[in-house]
Amino acid sequence: MHSFGYRLNGLLTFAVTILALMCVIASLSDNLNIPSPSAEIQIMNINWFQKQPKGSDEVSLRMNISADLQSLFTWNTKQVFIFVAAEYETRKNSLNQVSLWDAIIPAKERAKFWIRSSNKYRFVDHGKNLRGKEFNLTLHWHVMPKTGKMFADKIVMSGYSLPEEYI
Amino acid sequence: MDWQGQKLAEQIMQVMLLVFAVVSFGAGYVLGSFQMMMLVYAGGVTLTTLITIPNWPFFNRHPLKWLDLSEAEKHPKPQVAVSSKKKSTKK
Repeated sequence: MHSFGYRLNGLLTFAVTILALMCVIASLSDNLNIPSPSAEIQIMNINWFQKQPKGSDEVSLRMNISADLQSLFTWNTKQVFIFVAAEYETRKNSLNQVSLWDAIIPAKERAKFWIRSSNKYRFVDHGKNLRGKEFNLTLHWHVMPKTGKMFADKIVMSGYSLPEEYI
Repeated sequence: MDWQGQKLAEQIMQVMLLVFAVVSFGAGYVLGSFQMMMLVYAGGVTLTTLITIPNWPFFNRHPLKWLDLSEAEKHPKPQVAVSSKKKSTKK
């Protein structure tokens, strides 16, 4: 604490160190939040279900996705990234996951919503296994913090199936 | 600043920063606003800087008493012995 520069350096270093500690505590405070999200997905229509020229199955669906994810937001949340994945089993793989749709929710007010949309990303199989296939639609979310740990979880909705023959 | 002033400045700085850290975290948490926490803390750091960094008069209440020039001339400076230094640094 001898000179102007010495004191300024000491103050700034201490201030930044304390700021880092505050951010750690803010991230830890996220664990106090117990979220209670809910979601529902209906398949409104199968637009088409074809075999690609190269040989893999492809399906296009129109979905009605509705969810209430407001309880995921805390004071330390920057945004929530969500995506819908179709999950099914084939002879070759015990788990296939195909991402169909995603979105970024920037604020708590926008976290309770419904949307009707076709799949943003193509639902293509490795092979020709989709006829009559039963699959789950899972809504995954990643809660991205302003500082600290990111939390991720999902809701699995089962009971969907594809037609027996190509449309 | 004198020695007492430096100690006082350091203590004030540490206490103020800690207090502002707690206050800003509390304000941000209760209001649910991360931005509020950052703004209050930044204001606190600025205030602390203004109080503890410049050489305010209240930091100089116990000034050092330097020796008068007339008194210093009465006592000559001691001579440094040159030969003894060389031996100790060779090892």
